[in-house]
Amino acid sequence: MQSSQKDLVVGIFVMLGLSAVAYLSLEVGGMSYSGPGGFTMTATFDEIGALTPRAPVVISGVKVGQVTSINLDDDLRAKVVLDVRPDLELSIDTSASIRTSGLLGNQYIALEPGGEIDLIQDGESLDFTESALNLEKLIGAFIHGSDVEGD
Amino acid sequence: MANPISEVGRQTLEMLSSFGRVTLFASDVARNLFRPPVRFGRTLEAIYDLGVLSVVLIATSGFAVGAVLGLQGYTTLVRFGAEESLGAVVGLSLIRELGPVLTGLLVTGRAGSSVAAEIGTMVATEQLDGLRMMSVNPVHFVALPKALAMTLVMPLLSAIFTVCAIFGGYVVGVELLGLDGGTYLASLETSVDFREDVVGSILKAVIFGALVGIISTYRGYSSEPNAAGVSRATTSTVVIASVTILFSDYFITALWGV
Repeated sequence: MQSSQKDLVVGIFVMLGLSAVAYLSLEVGGMSYSGPGGFTMTATFDEIGALTPRAPVVISGVKVGQVTSINLDDDLRAKVVLDVRPDLELSIDTSASIRTSGLLGNQYIALEPGGEIDLIQDGESLDFTESALNLEKLIGAFIHGSDVEGD
Repeated sequence: MANPISEVGRQTLEMLSSFGRVTLFASDVARNLFRPPVRFGRTLEAIYDLGVLSVVLIATSGFAVGAVLGLQGYTTLVRFGAEESLGAVVGLSLIRELGPVLTGLLVTGRAGSSVAAEIGTMVATEQLDGLRMMSVNPVHFVALPKALAMTLVMPLLSAIFTVCAIFGGYVVGVELLGLDGGTYLASLETSVDFREDVVGSILKAVIFGALVGIISTYRGYSSEPNAAGVSRATTSTVVIASVTILFSDYFITALWGV
């Protein structure tokens, strides 16, 4: 094979390999959400169920970010740090709720924008949150005939 | 008559000194990396031989491995009603483990053995001595380009393998077994993390590439200058490099958690 032709084939091979690396990094690994420069906010929940770090954060079903960390705060409630796209312009009364995809699927956080004019700033916390639905608690309440919130 | 105890001692010393010789050879190769001239054409040639000619093997093997992982993962997961997690099972096991390791083993068999045979034949036909007579350092001219090319090529081949395998799992899971395509890719994308999984996968492939490169060039370089020596060099390259990949894989995973 001619030398210049070999250069070309090697070039194609390297491009192919690098695009495979890029696909794994960007698409599969979701690097675009874990890099710095994202918009951070916190939300506090009474019950997070099986929520884990890297769980998706969605608005109207569209993925806009992910959960970066979960910790207990001083009041022993779960403090969840969210990392979302910076271009969203969420209002200050945006609410966060933990939902489940399907009956036993992965848990994720759904954001619902509110109506206020003031926008939430980087690092602020969301005041309106809705905890994960606890299936065992729900079934227990159903069996004992009391209502769900009355425990 | 050989005393069995001193025979054990002799074998142990032999093993240790061969380990030392490989390490010395590796440091020799590494030192030559910073010595001019840059053997660009030789390295390109080696990338072509080791990388480009392995692409078809790597891609088809990746597809087959991904397909069988999809099939096996599905039959296991469906017992727990968790077949939506097929993408996560296929993706995580491929990226963290099977991609780099199987690529390493395949490249060892396909390219490592040919490197050892080529250099071994050069030793047997006194070509390396010819290079020395022209005051060309044979490590710099013969071993370094091949070892370097192996290190560069392995992460690229591993990524190609992994992408083909994810596609193979997709074909079986979605087209044959009727999973939802979006579910497969979504469970894959939410469970795989860039820093924890993908970086580790690339790192593993680079380390395996360097190991296979050093072992295959060393075994060729140190082979006995006859036909039996070349054949022994080829065989022991495949054996030693494969075992080294599998063991170092355990230690990389245990130490760095990837």
